[in-house]
Amino acid sequence: MTEGADHRLQEYVTAMIGGQLFGLPIRQVQDVFLPERITRVPLAPGEIAGVLNLRGRIVTLIDMRDRLGLDPRAADAPVMAVGVEARGESYGLLIDAIGEVMKLDDQLREANPVNLDPRLAQASAGIHRLDGQLLIVVDVERVLDIGPAALAA
Amino acid sequence: MDDLLREFVTETTESLDVVDVELVRFEQDPNNAKILDNVFRLVHTIKGTCGFLNLPRLEALAHAAETLMGKFRDGVPATKEAVTLILATIDRIKQILDSLEREQREPNGGDEDLISSLEGMVRQVTAPGVNAEQAKQSIGTLAPQVLERALKPGEVPLDELERVFRETEVEPPVRKPAKAAAPVEASAKDDEQGKGGSQSIRVTVDTLEHLMTMVSELVLTRNQLLEIVRRHEDSEFKTPLQRLSNVTAELQEGVMKTRMQPIGNAWQKLPRIVRDLSNELGKQIDLEMQGADTELDRQVLDLIKDPLTHMVRNSADHGLESAAERRAAGKPERGRIRLSAYHEGGFIVIQLADDGRGLDTDRIKAKAVAQGLATEADIEKLTEAQIHKFIFVPGFSTAAKVTSVSGRGVGMDVVRNNIDQIGGTIDVKSVAGVGLSFTIKIPLTLAIVAALIVEAGGDRFAIPQLSVVELVRARAGSDHRIERIKDTTVLRLRDKLLPLTRLTQVLGIAPDNAGDVEKGYIVVAQVGSQIFGIIVDAVFHTEEIVVKPMSSKLRHIPMFSGNTILGDGSVIMIIDPNGVAQALGSTVASQMAQVASVAKSAVTTDDATSLLMFRAGSPQPKAVPLSLVTRLEEIDARKIEVSNGRHMVQYRDQLMPLISMNENVRVKGEGAQPLLVFTDGVRSMALVVDEIIDIVEDRLDIEVASDHPGVLGSAVVKGQATEIIDVGHFLPLAFEDWFRRKDQSAVSKKRAVLLIDDSPFFRNMLSPVLQAAGYEVTAAASAKDALALLAEGRDFDVVVTDIEMPEMDGFQFTEMVRTDSRRADLPVIGISSAVSPEAIERGRRVGFDDYVAKFDRQGLIAALKEQTDLTRAA
Repeated sequence: MTEGADHRLQEYVTAMIGGQLFGLPIRQVQDVFLPERITRVPLAPGEIAGVLNLRGRIVTLIDMRDRLGLDPRAADAPVMAVGVEARGESYGLLIDAIGEVMKLDDQLREANPVNLDPRLAQASAGIHRLDGQLLIVVDVERVLDIGPAALAA
Repeated sequence: MDDLLREFVTETTESLDVVDVELVRFEQDPNNAKILDNVFRLVHTIKGTCGFLNLPRLEALAHAAETLMGKFRDGVPATKEAVTLILATIDRIKQILDSLEREQREPNGGDEDLISSLEGMVRQVTAPGVNAEQAKQSIGTLAPQVLERALKPGEVPLDELERVFRETEVEPPVRKPAKAAAPVEASAKDDEQGKGGSQSIRVTVDTLEHLMTMVSELVLTRNQLLEIVRRHEDSEFKTPLQRLSNVTAELQEGVMKTRMQPIGNAWQKLPRIVRDLSNELGKQIDLEMQGADTELDRQVLDLIKDPLTHMVRNSADHGLESAAERRAAGKPERGRIRLSAYHEGGFIVIQLADDGRGLDTDRIKAKAVAQGLATEADIEKLTEAQIHKFIFVPGFSTAAKVTSVSGRGVGMDVVRNNIDQIGGTIDVKSVAGVGLSFTIKIPLTLAIVAALIVEAGGDRFAIPQLSVVELVRARAGSDHRIERIKDTTVLRLRDKLLPLTRLTQVLGIAPDNAGDVEKGYIVVAQVGSQIFGIIVDAVFHTEEIVVKPMSSKLRHIPMFSGNTILGDGSVIMIIDPNGVAQALGSTVASQMAQVASVAKSAVTTDDATSLLMFRAGSPQPKAVPLSLVTRLEEIDARKIEVSNGRHMVQYRDQLMPLISMNENVRVKGEGAQPLLVFTDGVRSMALVVDEIIDIVEDRLDIEVASDHPGVLGSAVVKGQATEIIDVGHFLPLAFEDWFRRKDQSAVSKKRAVLLIDDSPFFRNMLSPVLQAAGYEVTAAASAKDALALLAEGRDFDVVVTDIEMPEMDGFQFTEMVRTDSRRADLPVIGISSAVSPEAIERGRRVGFDDYVAKFDRQGLIAALKEQTDLTRAA
């Protein structure tokens, strides 16, 4: 029984975005960094906060608040970035604060409630009930599905 | 792995690739002994090396294939079956090589099947006649041998060996390094290796990759140092840093060169693939390849290889019709697939075109709806070109029938994905029943270019130095001044009026010093033949930048061609002048419009023309395309002189005639007289107008044609009915012989001209000019209409086609025309507002007979005369 449970354990890096707790699958997270010297990109889709140079690589930053349809961050509020990679490109997901790493039983993951905000629901792979709060599992692939490619698909 | 073995595998694989290509060539040209010699020699070398390395399976196969090829050399005709058999043998050898590379030994198993068919074939082809001849060649007596056991595959009976020894004295004795002995006719690649045998070494790709990364880092570090030194004027580092800078540049160039490979390497397998396909599908297919020596980065090459192969397969399988269908459609039985590659302004363009049936728009529509990609209502609103783009959507494949050739679950979406990865774009053009062409545009990745670093709206941007003509600081009263015509700003630079745009405006960012044009700098940029000014807030310096492709999420923004990391570590965007030109409403950048995404093409207004609005003789506004106007002048009315009953003015040391737009326009007696100056070669004339109103960007659709001389018709411009002026009417009024040429009367029989231009304006403007020159003009509004006219069997003596047109441009049109053997000699003259050397070169390649600038009417008439005289003579 314990062996089975081990198999089902998923590790998540937790992050606060707009007062809500989110979990990113740990195997998709490359690093966590403080976004500095962000270059804004004119004419870019709204959720793209800009680009920056992270150790010689150009990283595209995605503002998770905008992407998830949450209120914009106050100008002086602290911000962190979670580095993820997709199709050989580097992305940084802008979040408010990084939390701990949690191991959660995948069997306890629940489907999205039907009344979840559609923008949230689109980026969510399910919900975990924790003590006193809910954790939304982030579907990284879907979060990155923006721009004209998303339109065509 | 054993070094010797590894070397053998690499070398043999390369040789086999050559054998593949050469054999297909040989099959088509069986009398070419040189090709056969080359193939024979390569296989012979493989056989020899196998024996040396103790690889019995390979040796037996190579031997059997060599024997059969030996028969060809003896004059036995190379049948399709025989060549297929040899190709199959080569495939088997490749399989064995593969596992040899993995497991370092030959795999178990036998090749009796192939060897016995090969031997069977040898017997079959060595039937009576040839046998006798061979017997004659053999001198001396042969003791008959009795075998003690059955021969193993590949083994040769002793008497055969004996016979071979007797016959082979013709071979030159010194033939050790097979490659070095390669005859000159051998493929270029072989030749190179032969010459530089001792000077070239094999380096693993990883080593080169690493080297390239280090060089990129070095460039960035050097940039950082330069940045620091710039801040310290009298630094003692300056000189050594300069040296470092130069060395870095050279190093970088050298390393980049090592990574370049001709695209032909990626094409090498195609002739074989097409040959096999044409057998399998029972279609006759010609594969043409142009520009195989175009070099591109090997990383790019690797990623482009499979997509290209896939697309060629697709063309052969789905694109080209069967011979019967082609006959029925009145096309030549042999289908054509054309692959070409060339450089075009920092990009490599690869085109794949076939003359097959084109895409099935209805089926794509149905499928898109069935897959829920668009609703039925939405899809009706899309243009055909937009519908065609659905083939790039993941999981979309239109083949109704899954064949063994291309029904493998990979579609154009995979192709697009690969091209995306290297920062490229792919576009499709298809005309039902006529053909299909794909255009792939790939930036030279990792390229390092010189760029001008500028500031606009508080951010820095890089503008590639290549497209910057000059930098201008505009000041009131100077020779370069900014003039405002209502809301539009233009720069008067020496003799020209250049359209101006603010970088902040095209990028949609708030300007820092809105309105104060005088404060900024103007970067004069050139795209094709179009020159325009970009206003920026500040100009810093030029810097060598390492171009990194835009993120796939940002690649759709036409204003940027990439991004880069500056010396100070920050990321900046690289401006794409093509994108800016397009934003200016120019048609020059239509090549970029072609590659625009579905989303964008729905809203693009690439038909917009810059129109100069003015009033003359009536309150109703009149307009003329700004591109026709050389200058706007306001002269002192007192300078106007009357000579011989005509108004003249001394202008730039010449007398320039003034023509009134109509009788209601009076030449002013005093004050400033506004003029529109038109220049053609050395002659200038001016139209007298009452008032210049504005320059606007709008689509030009002449809705009501006019009988009134000098007026083409009326169009709605910015919501107002506007008369469009026919400049062509006024020019002869100034100089009677402006169009009239002496030789014109010589045209006795009227020559039929097919004029293709998507712009009604130019159709309306050029038709009368050509008619006046004695031609019978048929106008077509698109390449498609024109192809339809040709397909109907209409006869034309010459075609005049615009280059920049939506859906199918003039280049593609000409390619299509040239695929039809009946029209191969039909003269085609390209007209374009963009006459750049690249465009001319490209025009020459696709088969233009002449290339004339759009407004060069005399040039056009001269070209027409030349081309029609040529055909008459022929």
